[in-house]
Amino acid sequence: MVNQYSISDRSVSLSRSTLLTSTNVVFFESASNFHMTPTSGPTDQTTIQLDHVSRHYTLGASAIRAVDDVSFSIRSGEFVALLGSSGSGKSTLLNLMAGLDRPTSGAIHADGKNLAELSSLELARYRRNTVGMVFQSFNLLPRMTLAENVELPLRLAEVDHAERDARVSEALLRVKLDKRTGHRPAELSGGEQQRTAIARALVNRPKILFADEPTGNLDSATGEAIMNLLIEIKETLGMTIIMVTHERPLAEKYATRLAIMGDGKLLSDGAKS
Amino acid sequence: MKLRDMTELAVRNLRESILRNSLTTLGVAVGVASLVAMLSLGVGLQQLATSRLTKSGLFDTVFVTPKLYLRAANATPTTQQGDTRLLDEDARQALAKLPNVIEVFPQIRFPTEVRFDGKPYPTVVAGMPQSSQLSGSFDGMVGKFFSGESADEAILQIEFAKELSPDTASLVGKTLSIRYAERQQLEDGSGGFSIIPKEKQLKIIGIIETEPASGFGGFGNGRLLIPIGVAQSLRATQINDLRDAVRGGPAKPTYASLTVRAKSTSDVDAIEASVKKMGFGAFSLLDASKSLKIFFGVFDLILGLFASLALAVATLGIVNTLVMAILERRREIGVLKALGASDGDVKTLFFFEAGVMGFLGGIGGVLFGWLIGRGLNLATNIYLKRRDLPSIEVSSVPAWLVFIAIAFAVVISLVAGLYPASRAAKLNPVEALRYE
Repeated sequence: MVNQYSISDRSVSLSRSTLLTSTNVVFFESASNFHMTPTSGPTDQTTIQLDHVSRHYTLGASAIRAVDDVSFSIRSGEFVALLGSSGSGKSTLLNLMAGLDRPTSGAIHADGKNLAELSSLELARYRRNTVGMVFQSFNLLPRMTLAENVELPLRLAEVDHAERDARVSEALLRVKLDKRTGHRPAELSGGEQQRTAIARALVNRPKILFADEPTGNLDSATGEAIMNLLIEIKETLGMTIIMVTHERPLAEKYATRLAIMGDGKLLSDGAKS
Repeated sequence: MKLRDMTELAVRNLRESILRNSLTTLGVAVGVASLVAMLSLGVGLQQLATSRLTKSGLFDTVFVTPKLYLRAANATPTTQQGDTRLLDEDARQALAKLPNVIEVFPQIRFPTEVRFDGKPYPTVVAGMPQSSQLSGSFDGMVGKFFSGESADEAILQIEFAKELSPDTASLVGKTLSIRYAERQQLEDGSGGFSIIPKEKQLKIIGIIETEPASGFGGFGNGRLLIPIGVAQSLRATQINDLRDAVRGGPAKPTYASLTVRAKSTSDVDAIEASVKKMGFGAFSLLDASKSLKIFFGVFDLILGLFASLALAVATLGIVNTLVMAILERRREIGVLKALGASDGDVKTLFFFEAGVMGFLGGIGGVLFGWLIGRGLNLATNIYLKRRDLPSIEVSSVPAWLVFIAIAFAVVISLVAGLYPASRAAKLNPVEALRYE
C-alpha cells in the first residue's frame, strides 16, 4: 500500500512507526506537513478516491477541522479499517464517503461520480443503490419487525412487492435470522440486532458496506461473530467494506488495510502484511 | 417511494402515537364538523327558501300582459309601430309555440259567493292548471288533486275551509255552490256584453295548507281553487272585461294576462325576450331569484368563515403534532436518509401523515356535522310541531358539501404539514443519527 503514495515532504519522522508493529503502516509525526497523493489516477479497480478532502465546522467563534486535507483511494474488494481515537475524524470521513455529509473542500469519487458535486437527490440515490450502512447502535426502527426493517431500503428503492419478499428472506438467511422475521428489535439480542442491521445493509446489494463501530455495543464474542459475518459477506459477495472502529485488535485481525486518523488527518494508511 | 408504501408508513407512524394523533385528528374533525354544520344550515335555509319560492311557480314563469297604448281617452286599443298585440286566444297559441315553453294558461280569478250549508261566504275563485300539481304546492294536501281539467271539483285553502267548518277534513266529499257573474257577448258587434248571474255546483275534493302561486300574476290569493278548464268554461266576468267594454274593444274576448311556464328557470330570460319581441309586456321574478342566490352565497361565506376559525385552530394542532413527531423521530429520519430516502421522500412522508390526519378528520367531521344538522332539524321540528306548524328541514348536507369539506380538511392539513415536512426534510442525516 505504501507503494501507492509518494511522500511530498522528506522531513518525515518515522519515530512512531513502532506503534503499529503487526501491520505495514507508515506513520507521520505531523500529518499537516504531509499528505499522501495517489501515484496514479482512479483505475477500474478503484471504488472510492478522496482528493484533498476537508470537512470543517464552525462552532461559535472556533473552526473545527474534523477532516483535514485527506487523500487516499480504496480499491474494490478491500476491507479497510479506519482507526483512531475519539474525535480523530474517522466517523466524519466515513459519513463523507457514505454520502451522508458533504466535504467543505476536495473531491470524493465513488461509483464514477464526485459526491461533492452531487445534488441531495443524487446523493440519496447513491446511498440507496451503492452503499449499505451498519451503525454502532444498530438503528433499527423499533416498531417494525425484522422483515420490515430489512425491507425498508427496498421500499425506498421502489422494488416490486413480488421481489421484496425473496430478497428480504435471502438477506435474513445470510445473517441466520430467517426464523425470526416477525420479531421486533426489542425482542432480539444486541448481536442479533446488528445482524439484522447487516441484512438491511445488504438487501439492496450495495457495492460498498460502511460500518461505523459495528461491534461497539457488543461483547467481544458477539463482536467476533459479527466480524466473521462481515468477512463471510465480503468474500461471498465481493463487497468493499469500510469500517470505523477503535478496537485495534479486531481491525488488525479482520481488515485487509488499516488507515489511522488523528486530528482530522490521515496519519497512516497501509495494507496488512 | 411508491404511493402504497408511503401510505403504509404514514399510517404506521400515526398509529405509533395513537393518542396524540387521535386527539389532533379529533381537532380537525371538530373544525370540519363546525364548518359542515354551519354550511348545512345555510344550504338548508337556501333550499327551504328556494323550494318555497319554486313551489309558488314564480321563478319558472313569465307573466305576459297586453302592451296597450291609448292615443286618447276614448280611443280604441291599437298598436304602436305595429309591434303591439292584443292578448287573445291567437296570442296564447303563438306563445305556446315558443321554444322551451311547457304551457300557457290564462290567469282566471274572479270574486264569487260560495253557498255552503245554507250560508253565504264571499271569496275569490282561481283557476288552476293540471301542471300545478307538480309544483309541490299540493304536497301533503288533504284529499286529492283535480281528476281532470273539466271536472266540477274544488280544492279549498285551509283558512277558507276553516270558515266553512272547524273540522276541515270533514268537508272533503261534500258539495258547495258558487255564484258568479257570467259574461255574455252582445251580438251587435259593439264589444259590449251583458252580465248574467249563474250558479255552479262543485264537489270539495281537497284541502290545501299552502297558498299556491300567490302574488303578482299567479293564481293570486285564490281561496277556492277549480280546474282551469272549468274556470274558462264559466266565462265569469273579470276585471279586464270591464276595461275592454269601456274601451270598446273587439268582439273577441281577451285575457288580462297569460302565464307562460318555462321548462326551467334558465329558459326564463330567453322566453321573456321573445315575448317582448312579439309585442307583449313580459315580467318575471328571475332577478329576485338571482338576488336570493347572492344573499345566500354571502350568508354561506360568512358562516363558513366563522366555522373555519375552528378548523384553523385544528391546523395548529397538526403543526404541533408533526413538530413533536420530528423531535421524537429525529433518529428515524436519519436512518431513513442513511438508507437512501431523499429529502423529498421524508417531506412526502410527513405530508402523507398530515394528509391522513386531515382525511380522517374530514370524514369524522362530516359525520359529526351531519349529526349536528340532524339535531338542528329535530329540534326545529319539535318546536314547530308544538306550534302546530308543518315540519321543515333547516339543515341539509348535500354530496358536494361532503366532498368539499373532506377535500378542504385534507388541503388545510397539507398546508399545516408544510412547515414540519420541510423541517424534517432539511434535517442533516449525520446530526439526526447522533440524536438520542
